[in-house]
Amino acid sequence: MNFDPRLTNRSFTSVGTRPIRPDGIDKVTGRARYGADFNMAGQLVGRVLRSPHAHAVIRGIDTAKAEALPGVKAVITAADLPDLTNGDGALYDILDNCIARKKALYDGHAVAAVAAIDARTARQALKLIEVDYEVLPHVTDVDEAFQHGAPLINEAIFTEGLEEKPVKPSNVHKRTQYGHGDIHKGFSEADFVIERSFRTEQTHQGYIEPHACVASVSSDGMAELWVCTQGPFVYRQHCAQLLGMEASKLRVTSSEIGGGFGGKTHVWAEPVALALSRKAGRPVKLVMTRDEVFRASGPTSATSIDIKIGARKDGTITAAEATLRYSCGPYAGMWAEVGAMTAFACYRLDNVRTVGFEVLVNRPKTAAYRAPSAPMAAFAVESTIDELAGKVGMDAVDFRIKNAAQEGTRASYGPVYGPIGIGPTLEAVKNHPHMQAPLKKNQGRGMACGFWFNFGGQTCVDLNIGMDGSVSLAVGTVDVGGSRASLSLVAAEELGIDYAQVKAIVADTSSLGYNDMTDGSRGTFSSSMATISAARNAIKVLRERAAQMWDIPADDVVWEKGHALAKGEKYGNLSPLSLKEIAAQSGTTGGPIAGHSELVADGAGVSFATHICDIEVDPETGATRVLRYTVVQDAGKAVHPTYVEGQYQGGAAQGIGWALNEEYIYGKDGRLQNAGFLDYRIPVCSDLPMIDTQILEIPNPNHPYGIRGVGETSIVPPLAAIANAVSNAVGVRMTHIPMSPPRILAALEASTSAQKSESIFGKHDA
Amino acid sequence: MVAVTLWGSLAAVAGGKNQVDIEAKDIRELFRKLAEQYPAFEPFIDRGIAVAIDGTIYRDTWSKKLPEGAEIFLLPRLAGG
Amino acid sequence: MAGVAVSTTINGDHVEYLCQPDETLLEVLRDRLGLTGAKEGCGTGDCGACSVIVDNRLVCSCLVLGAEAEGRQVETIEGMAHGDRLHPLQQKFLEHAALQCGICTPGFLIAAKDLLAKNPDPTEEEIRFGLAGNLCRCTGYDKIVRAVQDAASVMRG
Ligand code: FES
Ligand code: FES
Repeated sequence: MNFDPRLTNRSFTSVGTRPIRPDGIDKVTGRARYGADFNMAGQLVGRVLRSPHAHAVIRGIDTAKAEALPGVKAVITAADLPDLTNGDGALYDILDNCIARKKALYDGHAVAAVAAIDARTARQALKLIEVDYEVLPHVTDVDEAFQHGAPLINEAIFTEGLEEKPVKPSNVHKRTQYGHGDIHKGFSEADFVIERSFRTEQTHQGYIEPHACVASVSSDGMAELWVCTQGPFVYRQHCAQLLGMEASKLRVTSSEIGGGFGGKTHVWAEPVALALSRKAGRPVKLVMTRDEVFRASGPTSATSIDIKIGARKDGTITAAEATLRYSCGPYAGMWAEVGAMTAFACYRLDNVRTVGFEVLVNRPKTAAYRAPSAPMAAFAVESTIDELAGKVGMDAVDFRIKNAAQEGTRASYGPVYGPIGIGPTLEAVKNHPHMQAPLKKNQGRGMACGFWFNFGGQTCVDLNIGMDGSVSLAVGTVDVGGSRASLSLVAAEELGIDYAQVKAIVADTSSLGYNDMTDGSRGTFSSSMATISAARNAIKVLRERAAQMWDIPADDVVWEKGHALAKGEKYGNLSPLSLKEIAAQSGTTGGPIAGHSELVADGAGVSFATHICDIEVDPETGATRVLRYTVVQDAGKAVHPTYVEGQYQGGAAQGIGWALNEEYIYGKDGRLQNAGFLDYRIPVCSDLPMIDTQILEIPNPNHPYGIRGVGETSIVPPLAAIANAVSNAVGVRMTHIPMSPPRILAALEASTSAQKSESIFGKHDA
Repeated sequence: MVAVTLWGSLAAVAGGKNQVDIEAKDIRELFRKLAEQYPAFEPFIDRGIAVAIDGTIYRDTWSKKLPEGAEIFLLPRLAGG
Repeated sequence: MAGVAVSTTINGDHVEYLCQPDETLLEVLRDRLGLTGAKEGCGTGDCGACSVIVDNRLVCSCLVLGAEAEGRQVETIEGMAHGDRLHPLQQKFLEHAALQCGICTPGFLIAAKDLLAKNPDPTEEEIRFGLAGNLCRCTGYDKIVRAVQDAASVMRG
């Protein structure tokens, strides 16, 4: 790669404008095709049989009756997806999650699947499959699973990361530790120490589009998969490995995607659909119901976190400690580890230690959800920080500014920061009019900071210039929220042409080289880098072609504002050639003109945000309303500011839902009790106010345009910001997310009985 | 020679040392030499290690140069959502 | 099961189909008639992604039987634009970037059209409550509400 990704000083013509997205018309007219909107000739309907038990040995599965039902074309079990993972533990877990092998590990775990001529027949066939279960004791609560003596989920799990290998297996897969300095010394220097425990419940990404795919395996071993995914290349790799196919024989086309947020980074039913198609010899369409989406895909960790932070009277934090227990579902994960890395990342700490425990439970396999693991840790830390600021007698914002990480600070997860944006977001919040607005009775204001790493990754782009001078840009990162518009803007910028001249599409896995998935806020960061590189390569060709047309050396041709210019006095009579003019001649100057780029986009740069919110609590019902919400976040450079705002607003809204309502509720029987949008309540339009945004632009030094990822960080602060606001309103520290009405009422009751003499809402009486 | 700082779990595998000195010009050479000197690192390298160079995290650019005097910090390779 | 013969009007066109007695209108639209603009987000009436208008009433097509469309006027997202002229709501959704992934968009457009037909000058609160039956997970609703406000003012002229 001889592409220089470093930031260059430049002014922008296209980048920073707000044109209409290229895929817009299709989406407002109903023409856009999502996962379930595609059909193939002769297609069958696939359905999955799921375990009703949270934990059970599968002694046997009798499929004979189902197979005998007219209209049933294939029935599969784990035997039809043999273990080809070759010792790759993570892939084995994915396989086992797709279809249970020896044990059903959670309510909703797939155990068998059918393909039939229609949905009714498929449903009937599921009822005819007989599974002989031996029900085992289960555990769904993270703290209970952590205890010795809890029902054991996997006998092969011996806690890693301990000084000595434990003699007995447990549900704790791994212990990890981060930090530096000496926390004992630090705490001994503190004048105030706050210690608290927090809990957050499990949530789901809640994308409105259920997982859906159409799989078609031909008898010659070629296969196609149409699927809603954040990563068609990763799906191809996983499916090909699990089915024992060559990757190049499986063509994966990503449909329009109806939301993913991390939940579509992982195969669930796709290998099952392919296995059904292989067995039936016909295409199979498999669409999850909403109930299946909740029971068997997605969710985040449920967590239990202990925090201890100490500060001197002058407001300097002297030490900070966190112990984080995150549920992983029934498989190993690194969720607590990420929590441990991100927990204190906003602060300048001499003495800090975080310890993470990955805890197995009988719940669905934990999947990434927008800045995975960070929101829960931020909730616990930022709540404690707020409380400590109060103890010290400092304003919550000033206390954070005093202790904020800056360039040269050793991050709590290890390295020393380069230039970072936490300080500017805090300053912006301090000066934001929102902070000065008056509050009424029963209202409270809270603020909180959030951190996320952001990632880059393998990326590949083709930029083809048509004979008419129009440009088609094929990218391999799925467009989850307007990246085709942003990338077209970047291509237009670099080539010096009009946005309307560029059309971006998302290519399938057979038309473009490998791309990592759209995760880690990398879509626009990485693909814009590859687009710039591809455009620069195309410009080199354009200059050569212009040189040919003029019959002068290519070195004498420069590219400016979409035109080739011959530089030097001697060419005074040559008028500039536009991209269009050069393209029109391309047939006789060497053929099609294109620029390609394959690169690893790295150096995404860490991201910070600070949020402010006002809420009102109804003391009668415990219900909370968000009255006003402000997001301040660094975007590096906002390519399409409207879509950047959209990412900020969307993340904040998801965080609000998490903070106030959303949670997985399991019964004593280990079954999920609220697997639907009626009982798992995500925010609706009338629950929310407008969400104000302020985009800061502190250029990323590792990107030619200074772009940073913006997709994830916005979900990190809301849990804490709202918890702080509620705590300020009710005068009680809220330690359990979501702060549903019953929890708030309980907290209110506890506080009234504790401080009978004082009005709870006294301090805000207007 | 660059001083490479290890994160907790990796330090445990390196016999409790949280810093090792390695003669390496880029990330690729660093991983190769780490694997030679500490065979127990190999599963970690397979699972994925990210390298922070002066605070910027690199996950896949193994050709990245390790400048003299830079702060080199190893972290587990993470993914996002 | 014997099919039910249904004769109805969809987006102004006369349409006839056979469907099972337990088949929903959403299934008929999507699987029999190829009108996949209405989406299934839940199948239980909780998300509004399947919204259509039947005889001037906004309904979740996942809760209506295909057989119930007999003799009625059904409006779906596919009939919202006139030829290549977008409805003002569609135009404003584009201009305001009121969609990210876009899966909720057909449902929101239909629901907003119904809302504005009944209340051409809604307040923000009326818009928020009027659209509370439609879930969007991407946008936080801010830009959707603004797009509807803007479209309403354009439509009032
Ligand atoms: S699919 Fe009809 S309301 Fe959700
Ligand atoms: S835009 Fe994705 S659900 Fe609304």
